[in-house]
Amino acid sequence: MITRLLSGDRPGSPILAIVLLAIFLCLAFAPFLFPGTRSLETAARICIFIVLVASYDLLLGYTGIVSFAHTMFFGIGAYGVAIAISAWGPSFTSILVGGAAGVALTMVLALLIGLFSLRVRAIFFAMVTLAVASAFAVLVSQMSWLTGGEDGLNYAIPGVFKPATKLMDGRLFGVRLDGKLLLYYFVFVSSLVLFLVMLRMVNSPFGRVLQAVRENAFRAEAIGYRVVVYRTAATVLSASMAALAGVLIAVWLRYTGPATTLSFEIMIDILLMVVIGGMGTMYGAVIGATLFILAQTYLQNLMGAASDATSAIPLLPDLLDPGRWLLWLGVLFILSVYFFPTGIVGRLRGRAA
Amino acid sequence: MPEPLLTLDGVHTHIDQYHILQGVTLEVPAGGVSVLLGRNGAGKTTTLRTIMGLWHASSGTIRFDGRDITALATPDIARLGIAYVPENMGIFSDLTVRENLVLAATSGPPASDRLDWLFGLFPPLKTFWDSAAGTLSGGQKQMLSIARAIIEPRRLVLVDEPTKGLAPAIIVSVRKALQELKETDTTILLVEQNFQLASRVGDTVSVMDDGRIVHSGAMAELAGDRDMQERLMGLSLEAHQ
Repeated sequence: MITRLLSGDRPGSPILAIVLLAIFLCLAFAPFLFPGTRSLETAARICIFIVLVASYDLLLGYTGIVSFAHTMFFGIGAYGVAIAISAWGPSFTSILVGGAAGVALTMVLALLIGLFSLRVRAIFFAMVTLAVASAFAVLVSQMSWLTGGEDGLNYAIPGVFKPATKLMDGRLFGVRLDGKLLLYYFVFVSSLVLFLVMLRMVNSPFGRVLQAVRENAFRAEAIGYRVVVYRTAATVLSASMAALAGVLIAVWLRYTGPATTLSFEIMIDILLMVVIGGMGTMYGAVIGATLFILAQTYLQNLMGAASDATSAIPLLPDLLDPGRWLLWLGVLFILSVYFFPTGIVGRLRGRAA
Repeated sequence: MPEPLLTLDGVHTHIDQYHILQGVTLEVPAGGVSVLLGRNGAGKTTTLRTIMGLWHASSGTIRFDGRDITALATPDIARLGIAYVPENMGIFSDLTVRENLVLAATSGPPASDRLDWLFGLFPPLKTFWDSAAGTLSGGQKQMLSIARAIIEPRRLVLVDEPTKGLAPAIIVSVRKALQELKETDTTILLVEQNFQLASRVGDTVSVMDDGRIVHSGAMAELAGDRDMQERLMGLSLEAHQ
């Protein structure tokens, strides 16, 4: 049953299996295990970024395509929902129509980018995606009458997802059963389903062709596969998944703006999460996203505590000052690339083999 | 002489600024093994890659079963029933042996009797069925590369130096596979430096030099004429035994 759910893609290492199970359980019971707004925000971000990072890995890790337009597709999904809710009010129809429109626009754009630029060398494709993503970000900023410009859009969500909505009287394990809890599980289940769909994709015959294309495109052609068609299909599928992750973040945050969806910083974060977790392994997205977002959220606190604890020692408190958290995040990244060149999942699977 | 299955007529191929094939004219008769010989850099591999469409001919015509395939894309050429075993084997090392073979069976899952036949030719493929292809030895990778080309019945198989760098025991397996394949309807165009093997499996032979075919004829004729071997290739059969 579980093997079928995972499309036959077992973790391949006992340690990895335990880590993945722990992450799954923590996310599944996050509202009860880690009560509080900040921890719930973190858990929801992890769920959404697992989908976003896995969708990027579908492109980078499984097909060998470097794209810088992934946050653009993420943003299109989010803006689809934001614009629809702003125009028609907070209803599920708005989410559905806005999300569908975002995904449809994403598919068309990804198809066009793929068909026009996947025939050229990889570096040119990367440059084309960078140019298109930059142009799109400028366009969103300029079209403030529709997108809210740099300020973005604030909007309400359907009443059933509002924190003020009581689902049941009383508490379960000390947690209020309200709309926020329902929204978290909406995000969690949607992310889980999208992740399993991607796992199915990469373990299907289609996924094997993508891996073959990544490894030796000429050879894949000589067997009879049209490399451009497969690369374009991977681009469209990956972009669609990113757009769906965008839909989730739009509903979760109740705000959509350039900083939360389109920024180049998010693009770099995604890239780092893929590399840290392990390219070409869907489970790498789970580990990479979890570690990175936890570090982003809690590293400052951890450093504050470490700085206080080492106050008697010269120099160390300064080095561990919470203001230097980005420096330490960089150091952690360098160390992880040095010790896990194939990513954490690649390393764990290699040790188990 | 049977009708040629493959014909190259005055084929020129340029790679960047280099003019590699300089008017190759070649006929590969249907059935049996045609061998392409020549020293390193003569243009043998370029000839195979041009037939597969991996490099496009700048002029000349390539016909397969009477159809002009000069301008066809590589996947279309492959789907006509032409398979290619490249010199570097070109296996997908991250995929398993099974996945490599299933991937190559483009018209559906491989038939079990075909698999049994392949396992008979190359027993290690069965042993390492679920192992990553990248973990195989050089000889096993070559077996996989050949098996992948013939996982489905093909009309023409282009094989580029299948014994290069392999142990003698593996070379015997490769030779037997080529001889078995010869018994089927498959036509083989073989590029081979090992003249002993080439002369044992080959029916016809063409010799290349400087991007041109300088000799074509029956393999038996070349194998039995040491002067001709010396003149065409600077080698003799004895020297390679």
